[in-house]
Amino acid sequence: MTTNATTLAVPDLCLVVLVGATGSGKSTFAARHFKPTETISSDFCRGLVSDDENDQSASKEAFEVLHYIVGKRLEAGRLTVVDATNVQPEARKQLVHIAREHDVLPVAVVLDVPEDVCAERNASRPDRAALSRRVIQRHQRELRRSLRHLEREGFRKVHHLRGVAQVESAEIVRERRFNDLRHLTGPFDIVGDIHGCRSELESLLTRLGYALQRDEAGRPVDAAHPEGRTAVFVGDLVDRGPDSPGVLRLVMGMVAAGHALCVPGNHENKLGRYLKGRQVNVAHGLAETVEQLEREDAAFHEKTREFIDSLVSHYVLDGGALVVCHAGLPEKYHGRTSGRVRSHALYGDSTGETDEFGLPVRYPWAEDYRGRAAVVYGHTPTPVATWLNNTICLDTGAVFGGKLTALRWPERELVDVAAEQVWYEPAKPLVSEAPGGAEGRPLDLSDVTGRRVVETRHLGNVAVKEENAAAALEVMSRFASDPRQLVYLPPTMSPCATSKEDGYLEHPKEAFAAYRAEGVARVICEEKHMGSRVVALVCRDGEVARERFGVPDGVPGALYTRTGRPFFDDAGLTRGVLHRLGLGIEGTGLWEQLDTDWLLLDAELMPWSLKAAGLLRHQYASVGAAARTVFPGALAALESAAARGVEVSALLDRQRERATDAAAFTEAYGRYCWPAGDRGEDGLDGIRLAPFQLLAAEGRNLALLPHDEQLAMVDRMVGEEGGRLLAPTRRLVVDTGDEASVAEGIRWWLELTAAGGEGMVVKPLGAHVRGEGGKLVQPGVKCRGREYLRIIYGPEYTRPENLAKLRIRHLGHKRSLALREYALGLEALDRLAAGEPLWRVHEAVFGVLALESEPVDPRL
Amino acid sequence: MFLTISTTGTSGRPATDLGFLLHKHPDKAQQFSTSHGTAHVFYPEAGEERCTAALLLEVDPVALIRRGKGKGRGGAPDSALAQYVNDRPYAASSLLAVAIGSVFSSAVKGQCTARPELTGERRPLRIEVPALPARGGAELVERLFAPMGWAVTAEPVALDERFPEWGDSRYVSLVLEGESTLRDALRQLYVLLPVLDDAKHYWVAPDEVEKLLRFGEGWLEGHPEQRLITNRYLARRWGLTRDALERLALARLAEADDTEAEQLDNAVDEQADTEDKPVPLAVQRREAILGALRAAKAARVLDLGCGQGQLVGELLKDQRFTEIVGLDVSMRALKEASRRLRLDRMTERQLARLQLLQGSLAYTDRRLTGYEAAVLSEVIEHVDPPRLPALEYAVFGAARPATVVVTTPNVEYNVRWETLPAGRVRHADHRFEWTREEFRAWARTVGERHGYDTEFMPVGPDDPEVGPPTQMAVFCKRDRNEPPKSEPPKHETPKEVKAA
Repeated sequence: MTTNATTLAVPDLCLVVLVGATGSGKSTFAARHFKPTETISSDFCRGLVSDDENDQSASKEAFEVLHYIVGKRLEAGRLTVVDATNVQPEARKQLVHIAREHDVLPVAVVLDVPEDVCAERNASRPDRAALSRRVIQRHQRELRRSLRHLEREGFRKVHHLRGVAQVESAEIVRERRFNDLRHLTGPFDIVGDIHGCRSELESLLTRLGYALQRDEAGRPVDAAHPEGRTAVFVGDLVDRGPDSPGVLRLVMGMVAAGHALCVPGNHENKLGRYLKGRQVNVAHGLAETVEQLEREDAAFHEKTREFIDSLVSHYVLDGGALVVCHAGLPEKYHGRTSGRVRSHALYGDSTGETDEFGLPVRYPWAEDYRGRAAVVYGHTPTPVATWLNNTICLDTGAVFGGKLTALRWPERELVDVAAEQVWYEPAKPLVSEAPGGAEGRPLDLSDVTGRRVVETRHLGNVAVKEENAAAALEVMSRFASDPRQLVYLPPTMSPCATSKEDGYLEHPKEAFAAYRAEGVARVICEEKHMGSRVVALVCRDGEVARERFGVPDGVPGALYTRTGRPFFDDAGLTRGVLHRLGLGIEGTGLWEQLDTDWLLLDAELMPWSLKAAGLLRHQYASVGAAARTVFPGALAALESAAARGVEVSALLDRQRERATDAAAFTEAYGRYCWPAGDRGEDGLDGIRLAPFQLLAAEGRNLALLPHDEQLAMVDRMVGEEGGRLLAPTRRLVVDTGDEASVAEGIRWWLELTAAGGEGMVVKPLGAHVRGEGGKLVQPGVKCRGREYLRIIYGPEYTRPENLAKLRIRHLGHKRSLALREYALGLEALDRLAAGEPLWRVHEAVFGVLALESEPVDPRL
Repeated sequence: MFLTISTTGTSGRPATDLGFLLHKHPDKAQQFSTSHGTAHVFYPEAGEERCTAALLLEVDPVALIRRGKGKGRGGAPDSALAQYVNDRPYAASSLLAVAIGSVFSSAVKGQCTARPELTGERRPLRIEVPALPARGGAELVERLFAPMGWAVTAEPVALDERFPEWGDSRYVSLVLEGESTLRDALRQLYVLLPVLDDAKHYWVAPDEVEKLLRFGEGWLEGHPEQRLITNRYLARRWGLTRDALERLALARLAEADDTEAEQLDNAVDEQADTEDKPVPLAVQRREAILGALRAAKAARVLDLGCGQGQLVGELLKDQRFTEIVGLDVSMRALKEASRRLRLDRMTERQLARLQLLQGSLAYTDRRLTGYEAAVLSEVIEHVDPPRLPALEYAVFGAARPATVVVTTPNVEYNVRWETLPAGRVRHADHRFEWTREEFRAWARTVGERHGYDTEFMPVGPDDPEVGPPTQMAVFCKRDRNEPPKSEPPKHETPKEVKAA
């Protein structure tokens, strides 16, 4: 409609196209009503490409830039104003096209001021003073010719401002889009496709807690929830079923009373056209509705027609967290307004193919969906409503004898009632899976590659570099376990600050002091087991493992390494370890206590030599062998030379010390090696597994529990299992502010390491702790034993001159890495616990692996 | 880091002449600074009858690392832990060879200013290298030194006596006895110590070829192992490629797992030829694939798992292939492919036909849709069987080219490979090798599920009993109007949220 009013309404997301001759005051107008960043002017773009805002020869390039910027802004959902003459239809056509491409409405604002005014204004501007009067005249002519066609060109609104006064007095009012109901936070009860099943709808609303209101004839005309909940109908109220008018009456009543919202389904759309007297194909259940409507009066017909006319294709609700529409909607269409948005919302996307029943093959848009908002929809009948990538289809085929289903939001609970009978025979059997197929399909590459920023609950945004993602992609694809089982990877851990104690590079004193400084009063020292890291996914049985995590062959879980590789090649050994873990959990009653069928654990598997045999032989033992072989001869030669009176005493002493260091090195790695493991389920001899952290169970991120609680549960598991495979983790709680307690912690560490232990890990007792100022503190630091560190820093690291050099080590990057990986790991567990889509869990897990490939001093 | 050189003599020809030859006084202990630490020369014995010179190189292990080029993060040129705990301070490695070259430089050159007449003399020599790293073992040591007339004693050294099951280390204790000029003996050590060491992390000066020719003069020309010596001596320079970024990232991931880097970083075969032996099979395979693509009239093709780009190279030669995409998950393989295909020298027009992409068939990938054909040549056997369904879906369910060509080894044929021990797969990274029956069953199931017809062809000689060495399946997408019986892939739907 063309308005002459000086109050100009524009949707809060649209493309405003200013139309007017040069000098008509467009820039002034734009500056008065819009933010400077909202307005893109052709003069500005001319300047960008040619350094001269008036260089008409640069127009082509300038408009390319303008169109590009406009496109980017619209893509981002920002209102944009184009400040150019736009008097030629060709110029406007391109802008309308860009608006449609981004599914926003184009709005024209015509600044129609007399030629003299334009000429006068141009004359007063030095850069335009030379502009020929004929240019203005041409613009005016083109404007006149354009006026009648603007609406036909596709402008949804045309504001025609006549004369200087109207231009100057005009006010812009931004209107919320119809589909934008973000301010409504519910709670909601979203109801699936009803198709005239009025009785089932009554039952469902009653079960949801709504009180029905009836008219004199006993027909339900409204329903209200005592707690003020709002019902939301996903459309397809009508057709096929026994009482479409009854459903309409109830829903229209609820909507009118403000007790419900409703989006249109394709069946309403068609009924609306029928009611308007358009030619429609009376099929797919419309015949039943038409017949039932014949019993209603004209007023009801009219009311229905108006109701259907008033329906908005989709709603964005609850601060943007929820989108409701009939047939599903990709994220880029949320809150947008265009023909194709409406079409997708009503009909979904189709591949253009038809199936063997002659029905269009629907494109599985939900498989690709990666949006933050939950999309709740209907349209495709399925036996069970299932979440897929944060979308859920609530059409459970009530009219075909299935169920009528509702989703409680934000509770995400499903409530359903069974159909009273088969009201209508389906044209084809209901598909056996949710639309979009099973989640067994692979994840998409765009979920993991390139530079990524992963949003975490505990540390904000964590960036993953492209080259690190590339390395992780290779390992993840070629070596890792199935992503459905790979729900977590453990983070790296930083050592404590470098010690200045004589002879030590790491010493617990530093760990206690650091935590004390951060305001952490109580820490737990845990024995650090020296073996290979293993993440254990333990399920109650093979069936649970298959159902929940897609584990094949009845194996009740999975064991994998720090980079996600299956821990054992041998399925028998995997079963054996899972079996023993299962015994421990079962005996403890943890399944019931945690109300879960599966448990994810972090553990260390010993001996080291079991998994690291290659590394031990080729690297560690080799060094030992070379040293062992070379020193006797070298020392003998030096002794002979000394005996001859050659001055070699200093050299000899040094070589003796080196020989001793080398022997200590051999001793150090040898402690972590013993023969163990055979193939098969009973091949566990010699293997020890020390679980030291519970990670997650169904619906819960257990890694946030205090460590003493966790370890108490682990102790019980070890006890129940009988300690045949499982090993306990010794620990000591230290009060960082109490000198005696700190001294006790140091003594404990010295004893532990003197007995050949790797060392200990010091963690805040409360596990997930923020220090003063709210900063996340290190989730743990390691204090490795003096002898153990020979394996890391080389046999001779303890020599004073070497220690002096080695003390210069930079922990900053390692500490930052440890925190980032920790946050990503927790995020994966949180997402897993919250039942988020697989791609969301995988994104965080992949992030940990990618960060592990960041360059950092490997000895830390 | 330690060796001794002994000689015997008489009063007329005293053993202590060794001091003149080495240019080091027998009664002094001398030290020399070398690029990797301090070298000491001293004489445990120095008499007329017997004289022994010892060279001891004190490698500074910390400096060895800190000398690395990188600053800050990681610091070392190859920031793998192997750098920090290594045998360089103990074993007679290439570092010792460098020390020989610099400490005994006149002797190596055959110069002796004080007693020039001594240099050409052959003397009885006994050389002991107690910890000699020897890739190839005692047997190779014998083969390398014996041709020059040395009596070779090479005793294998156990890795760790506490763990006899670990077997022998890569070191031997070497004793060489024989008559030789000192110059030749030192030169032979200079060349052969690094050859036996065969370490990857070794720096090579640019004039190494020239040095090899010079130091090999007189003994290398006719040496029966000349080729091995030359290859190993010069091949070490390629070890430098370890510094490439993509390799470091993988090395770090391996380390996180207590695994050797080579276990993960094996997408590019170090051996020059990555193909099965005999080589013509690879050629036959490419011919068969090209034939299938031509028959399908495909112009826009994907080579999924293109490796080092051998097939891509063939495709480029035929103009009927207008768009060629090589995809691999290994950045290193792609880099190697772009080097081999000389991407940097291609014209824009040539480049327009080709894309090399990193990607993974464990994920669906929108970039792969809309092509006419895809080739999976010797790819599926590198995927763990539990992860094959993901690959199937990515290729047949998501990318859905009209034609898919798959080749894989026929395990039945393995008995015909003379060099392949029974029960072994053809490549260490093969996760499985299928019989003809297994392959066909898989292909038919995949075809049915995704709406492709399958056809099978032999590649290589079709043995009447065990079939061809390589088996090939060509999948043709069924007509659009005859839609696939699209059962979704056979996986379970994990519950995202428990239904109330």
